Amino acid sequence: MNRCVRHAAAFCALLLLAVLANAVRVQLVQAGRLAANPADRRADIALYRQPRGNILVAGRPVTSSRATGGQLRYVRSYRDGPLYAPVTGFASQIYGASLLEGTEGALLDGSDPALDEQPLWPEITRARQRGGDVHTTIDPAAQQAAFTGLAGRRGAVAALDPATGRILALVSSPSYDPGRLAGAGPSVTATWKQLNADPAQPMLDRAIRQTYPPGSTFKVVTAAAALESGEVTDLRARTASPDPYTLPGTTVRLTNEGAGCRNASMFDAFRYSCNTVFAKLGADLGDQAVVAQAERFGFDDTRLRIPPAVAVSTVDRWMSPDQVALSSIGQFDTTATPLQMAMVAAAVGNGGRLMAPYLVDEVTSHGGTTVSRTRPRLLHQAVSARTAALLQELMEAVVTRGTGGNAAIPGVVVGGKTGTAQHGPANKGTPYAWFVSYAKPPGADRASVAVAVVVEDAAAVRADISGGGNAAPIARAVMRAVLAAPPPAP
Amino acid sequence: MSATSATAPPPRRPAEPRGPAATRRADRRGVELCLLVAAVGICVYGYAEVGLARTGAVPKDAAAYGGGLGGLALLAHAAVRAGARYADPLLLPIAVLLNGLGLVLIYRLDLEPSLGPRAAPAQLVWSGTGVGLFIVTVLALRDHRVLARYAYVSVTAALVLLVAPIAFPSVNGARIWIRAAGFSIQPGEFAKVLLAVFFAGYLSANRAALAYAGRRVLGIDRLQLPTGRVLGPVLAVWLASVGVLVLERDLGTSLLFFCLFVVMLYVATGRTGWIAVGLLLAAGGAAAVSANEPHVHQRVQDWLHPFASIAAGDGPSQIAQSLFAFGSGGALGAGLGQGSSALIGFAAKSDFVLATAGEELGLAGLCGLLGLYALLVARGFAAALATRDPFGRLLAVGLASILALQVFVITGGVMDLIPMTGMAMPFLAQGGSSVVTNWLIVAVLIRISDRARRPEPAPAAVPAAERAAR
Repeated sequence: MNRCVRHAAAFCALLLLAVLANAVRVQLVQAGRLAANPADRRADIALYRQPRGNILVAGRPVTSSRATGGQLRYVRSYRDGPLYAPVTGFASQIYGASLLEGTEGALLDGSDPALDEQPLWPEITRARQRGGDVHTTIDPAAQQAAFTGLAGRRGAVAALDPATGRILALVSSPSYDPGRLAGAGPSVTATWKQLNADPAQPMLDRAIRQTYPPGSTFKVVTAAAALESGEVTDLRARTASPDPYTLPGTTVRLTNEGAGCRNASMFDAFRYSCNTVFAKLGADLGDQAVVAQAERFGFDDTRLRIPPAVAVSTVDRWMSPDQVALSSIGQFDTTATPLQMAMVAAAVGNGGRLMAPYLVDEVTSHGGTTVSRTRPRLLHQAVSARTAALLQELMEAVVTRGTGGNAAIPGVVVGGKTGTAQHGPANKGTPYAWFVSYAKPPGADRASVAVAVVVEDAAAVRADISGGGNAAPIARAVMRAVLAAPPPAP
Repeated sequence: MSATSATAPPPRRPAEPRGPAATRRADRRGVELCLLVAAVGICVYGYAEVGLARTGAVPKDAAAYGGGLGGLALLAHAAVRAGARYADPLLLPIAVLLNGLGLVLIYRLDLEPSLGPRAAPAQLVWSGTGVGLFIVTVLALRDHRVLARYAYVSVTAALVLLVAPIAFPSVNGARIWIRAAGFSIQPGEFAKVLLAVFFAGYLSANRAALAYAGRRVLGIDRLQLPTGRVLGPVLAVWLASVGVLVLERDLGTSLLFFCLFVVMLYVATGRTGWIAVGLLLAAGGAAAVSANEPHVHQRVQDWLHPFASIAAGDGPSQIAQSLFAFGSGGALGAGLGQGSSALIGFAAKSDFVLATAGEELGLAGLCGLLGLYALLVARGFAAALATRDPFGRLLAVGLASILALQVFVITGGVMDLIPMTGMAMPFLAQGGSSVVTNWLIVAVLIRISDRARRPEPAPAAVPAAERAAR
């Protein structure tokens, strides 16, 4: 009988060993795969266990966290949600996070090791650090001015400090309240569905994620290419430009809105926005010169992060002469984000030095210690200082004696360029109204603000749709707001 | 683990000399006391840890809790000193530690409002009842062999207990509860012990007939069926209990009874043929039941495809949630009070209590718990090997097997090794009937081990015929 008792004991030992081996399988071997299963809510629970760090504008938080008393203990809430949505994005308990909430997520939720005040200590105690705070470069007055200026029309505004690359305003319209997506529950899913179904695409951050044909504002790039290559040396010398201009190799005849473009000098062609002159100039320069200049202004850059990724603004690399001609006036396949065109204006206003745009000034830990700070960085020397001065002469004439008079600010030197971009099938869509500009404070030789404005559905009589009419007043309001405020502390 | 421990101490021969030398033999009650203090200390620490993790402060009632558990442990210890001086010193501390850890886990889950009203206070009362029953058993039952006389009383009582819940409404698909005057008990839990007593009594009395009589199967000597006259009553009782359980849809307990029956039959007769017959019966029964019972069929599907409900868009099943909990625990666990095992929802404090241990104490803590169970089972088998009478031996084997089988069925179920069957983890899970029954099992094991290790031989109690049979 003892032998059988031992057999029974061995059987029981076998059962327990099987269970133990299975525990090793589940808890060690499969643990990673189990944790990656999206149906496991533990990751979300950990994410919302403590209040998220905040996103600040000019030292004031535009976000906060609210205790829910539920399984996910805190939920995000937003002050002036629609105004800052193109900056903050959303942090949703169901749909993840976007824009700064997404790219800075690890800092905001406390999981980034950079927040550790003692290295490795949180790994040992397994306590999560409190989330850090993200200080943005946004100027609230400029942001508000741009938002008010768009007044709910489809469009976007991007404003930069040309000297540093700080992004002063990033507005997309129509906007949405990210607070309505923050929680979990049927109202959030309903809001999500409704926002995604909306033809106006309120969740699209047009300032950095939508590309438009830049239209005549691209003539700044074409002019820069012509001046840098020596194709044009004297702004006031007459050019050999027919009007209408037949695109090389085709029978397409290009015309102008206004008169006085035949053989116009670059100075006049720029302030009256002559398509024929710039199309011919582009065709004469050739695709390589135009593309190279565009790339020095930041086009075709797939790696631009502010830190949210910016959609690529493109100029085709290989083009026939007629395609170069169209591209040079911002048509054909040329597209640009509002931020890209603000960078063009900023480079001109900053003596040719294009600074890398950035949105996050500083990240601090919950205790207020600086974790990281963004230092201004030269992205490209877009044009020489001499070319920049010539381009400034062209752009300032647009405001004083050309199509951009609506951007003029008394006592301030303003340079700008209007644009009206055809688009849609057979160019029948409502044209986009563009305006890019910079402003120099009195007495300064470098610009302190550069702006790009695009208005998609300028709801006006077709003849009035123009950069000068619809977009320039918004740019002026933004520039005034920046100039009125004291310069931001570096 | 249990195999090595089970084979460790050779049984004491009754031929040991009487007199002063015998009385000097160590009763090892001091060891038991030290282990008890350590066990209560660990539980109080766990309780304080939950409070610190959740509110940043030691719970105000930590001292009262420690005092209560310590008091129960001391009373049980005093009863063992008075009634079973030579009992195995490990059994009681392990039971106290497991019971205390169970209370800590239930207290911790009580902090989750989604899991319903508090259960720890009631569990403490039930633990007290269990310890009370333990004390009464240790003091009143002077000799476990008395139980052999009540084999047929036991089986009648067991069948009555098993049938009784059919008259009461079903709870969550299983008719295993009796509800009266605000109490609800699971009579199947008590039936386990009663059936073990009956099997031990009947099999020890009919061993010879079962082992040596009957026709051979397939001409093989080892495969010999006993005569129907001997086997009939056992098979009838077993079929009745399993039938009742299938009607009540409590398949975990049904499986437990079946395995218990096969193990005890094998130990009593030494015939491997019983294992073959048992496996055949089990396979046939399992196939038939899972094909015909939608409730069981669903459990088998959940076992084979634990994540199917996620793919179907219905959210994770309980098994999936349980696996998530174990997986998130990893090697070291999230720490007491810091896991999210409340996601399991229904039955998180009872059937799935182990998932909380796995998530918050990790694989390390789970190994510790399984080690405690292994030790408890091993000490049961050690008592079986050390005891001199066949009844006691069979009873100890039966009781130790009940514990081991329960641990296997539940741990395997919540970790998707076998289909999930509702059953209570011994001492750990919420459930009054279960905790009281387990204290009863430990009391009987202590009784048997005391008799086995007691120095003075009791020649009157061990008849020559039985000794020869060994």
